[in-house]
Amino acid sequence: MASRSRSSRPCRPAWRPAASPEALRLRAELLATTRRFFAERGVLEVETPTLAGAAATDPHLASLAARCGDRLLYLQTSPEYAMKRLLAAGSGPIYQLGRAFRDGESGRRHNPEFTLLEWYRPGFDHHRLMDEVEELLGATLGLAQRPAGRLPAERLSYREAFRRHAGIDPLTDPLERLAAAALELAGPSESGGRASLPDLGDDRDAWLDLLMVFAVQERLGRGRATLLYDYPASQAALARVRRDEDGTRVAERFEVFVEGVELANGFHELTDAVEQRRRFEHDLEIRRARGLPEVPLDERLLAALEEGMPACAGVALGVDRLVMLAAGAESIDQVMAFPVDRV
Amino acid sequence: MASYSMNQLKGGLKILLDGDPHNIVDLDFVKPGKGQAFVRVKAKDLLDGRVQEVTFKSSDSVEGADVHETEMQYLYNDGEHWHFMDPESFEQHAVGESAVGDAAKWIKEQDTVAVTLWNGRPISVDPPNHVVLTIVETDPGVRGDTSSGGSKPATLETGAVVKVPLFIAEGELIKVDTRTGEYISRAKE
Repeated sequence: MASRSRSSRPCRPAWRPAASPEALRLRAELLATTRRFFAERGVLEVETPTLAGAAATDPHLASLAARCGDRLLYLQTSPEYAMKRLLAAGSGPIYQLGRAFRDGESGRRHNPEFTLLEWYRPGFDHHRLMDEVEELLGATLGLAQRPAGRLPAERLSYREAFRRHAGIDPLTDPLERLAAAALELAGPSESGGRASLPDLGDDRDAWLDLLMVFAVQERLGRGRATLLYDYPASQAALARVRRDEDGTRVAERFEVFVEGVELANGFHELTDAVEQRRRFEHDLEIRRARGLPEVPLDERLLAALEEGMPACAGVALGVDRLVMLAAGAESIDQVMAFPVDRV
Repeated sequence: MASYSMNQLKGGLKILLDGDPHNIVDLDFVKPGKGQAFVRVKAKDLLDGRVQEVTFKSSDSVEGADVHETEMQYLYNDGEHWHFMDPESFEQHAVGESAVGDAAKWIKEQDTVAVTLWNGRPISVDPPNHVVLTIVETDPGVRGDTSSGGSKPATLETGAVVKVPLFIAEGELIKVDTRTGEYISRAKE
């Protein structure tokens, strides 16, 4: 009797790197190019702690905690709070290449530990910072001869992108219309089989997020970069909010997409300490209502904002995804020496 | 059965969807730049074989399905059910046609097969990848033609019909791949 054999993918031994030597070399080149890019522009490289006393309040981010002596510290989900304290202290334009950590985020484009490029430009608004993001993409992806680095980038408002790719107005359409579009557009991706979506109830932003990740996003950045700007005010995070031409409140936030991959998120930064505290506390209320861990507010950031942070724009870009795009990789594992399942 | 949070899911895990046991074929974590994260699971219904895609919020959980595979010996068919025995507990299971499926074409009494149980109830039977069976009926071969690649149908002792080379005769033992239904070689007892 023959034994049952299951075909399984050829598996590299777990001690070996997941990325090829070529991918690691490409990563090193992109890091060097990035540092040169900012050095030429007089933007100062800084390093801030990955281990800090406060954590991101965003209910959709889970911070990893670490015990340090008798303190409970948090691995940073981004260096934003610390870099803003430097800005308030008069640093001028700064950038950082460093590690960030997000618990539970693991998938084809996510690893719980990843490399972020984050930079801040005093005096810039989000549009001017988008220009610089385009230039950086030209210098990095253009260098790797990927098409997205060569074509002029496309700029679309969030509203226009949803109108064009999902047939809805994300700012004014009623909830039922968003849910109906989600069922129609975010159904089965292939196979044509049965598909079901979670019931997101009256959580308008969650319906928009669902449409974004399963319907809109994959159509963005095809053959070039797409920069999406002016997000719903409810998704402002740490961005300023203003009224657009129609009088609808929008957040001065942008995201960058290349070949359907979300690459960067930027803000025309909120500098108002009172409004910032209100948003943090609103996040904490949501955390309490959902039974999520409460996290300490970053009082030192709030103190810095009270002292006065210069008007600026800032953006965070996923370096691993940039390497993925340059390498033409399908999965983030292919460009990391040791992704989380090999540590 | 335990329930799983989204970050515990992985390929091959058995879960309950709409009350039916499913095997996770593929899954991915997706998240916009800021906001709600989702997990999209592609899962195969272990009862009807259909694949479906289910999208969860990353904070959702899903019920596990008590599904496991065990080796059993095929005893006999009573005309309606196929009877199998667990060689360790000697417990016997009567399995209906829908769960036996294609395996019926390949198994004979005393064979060891893999039976998938859900809550202790058999839901599918997998024959070994290779089986050795006797040919009970086939046309006489054409003399001298041993390498031309010509083939002819042959009926096996289990009732399955496979294509065999022309030189194979009635009463011979052959080895068959049950996944493709193809002849592999002559076999010895």
